[in-house]
Amino acid sequence: MSATEQALVNSDTVPLSLRGPAATRVVAGYGFWLFLLSDIVIFAALFAAYAVLSGETAWGPTGVALFDKKHVLIETACLLTSSVTCGFGSLAVQSADRSSTYFWMAITFILGASFLSLEVTEFRHMLAIGARPSRSAFLSAFFTLVGTHGLHVSIGLAWLVVMLLQVATLGFQPMVSRRFFCFGLFWHALDIVWIGVFTIVYLGAH
Amino acid sequence: MNTQTEAQGQSPGANIHTHGTRQSYLIGLGYAVVLTLASFWASSTDVIYAHGVPILLGVLAIAQMGVHLVFFLHISSAPDQTNNILALALGIFVVGLIVFGSMIIVAHLNHNMMPMDRLLQIQR
Repeated sequence: MSATEQALVNSDTVPLSLRGPAATRVVAGYGFWLFLLSDIVIFAALFAAYAVLSGETAWGPTGVALFDKKHVLIETACLLTSSVTCGFGSLAVQSADRSSTYFWMAITFILGASFLSLEVTEFRHMLAIGARPSRSAFLSAFFTLVGTHGLHVSIGLAWLVVMLLQVATLGFQPMVSRRFFCFGLFWHALDIVWIGVFTIVYLGAH
Repeated sequence: MNTQTEAQGQSPGANIHTHGTRQSYLIGLGYAVVLTLASFWASSTDVIYAHGVPILLGVLAIAQMGVHLVFFLHISSAPDQTNNILALALGIFVVGLIVFGSMIIVAHLNHNMMPMDRLLQIQR
């Protein structure tokens, strides 16, 4: 399809009903987008539980006493930067540039793993001083919400490794680049959930 | 619109790129960094009236989510994105219903509950 024909397909002069089936990439993106929205609904339920229970500390440690804002800022920086390097990686996948795909996705992996290790450090510290999930309703809700986000990040990291192996073995087939596209959506969506976590849980601590 | 001449195995319009450019990611990063730093600043400053801080944090968070949707997830008003936008609207509706609905209902129950010391007296 030449550039002018492409422009014709995209232009508004062609009625929607005459444009033919949507591109596989659009359809796959839509399906994955629906999955992401359902995932965000799960997080909404956990956010609702946290918002309702955040004051019920049962005379145990409160959020203000437990959370270190500097620590959270570093975690946020890791995740935000990894979102951008993931975007650069997606552009490299799109132009089938193997070496820069490896480069940007490796940085994405390192930043994601740093985020995860910071979170594990925080959890271990909290468990060590007796702020366990069983201590109060506030801590149960905290570990469930933040832990579920951490679990998603771990799954994302595993997925990223699998995708890099697929690039190494299968190359940039349409199938592989479509999966990479979905991985990018997943990774960016996790960053959006993290905005909610750091605003409501860490900055809104009382 | 002669799509038959396309290569076999490739769906029509598969070469449409919905990704942004490197520049759009960097612009998004700039906005996100400013909004993040503003939230962290707002949460630990005395300049703002204390009761207004949660509202400011909420506004900054929603703004940053918008920045991420536009610059990282590339949600736009393009014709091939109509379905994505509709699904997003449904998602926002459900999320709002779950979060604010739960908060209002539980706050009401909490308000109407008998104070704990009275409850203990009755049980005695």
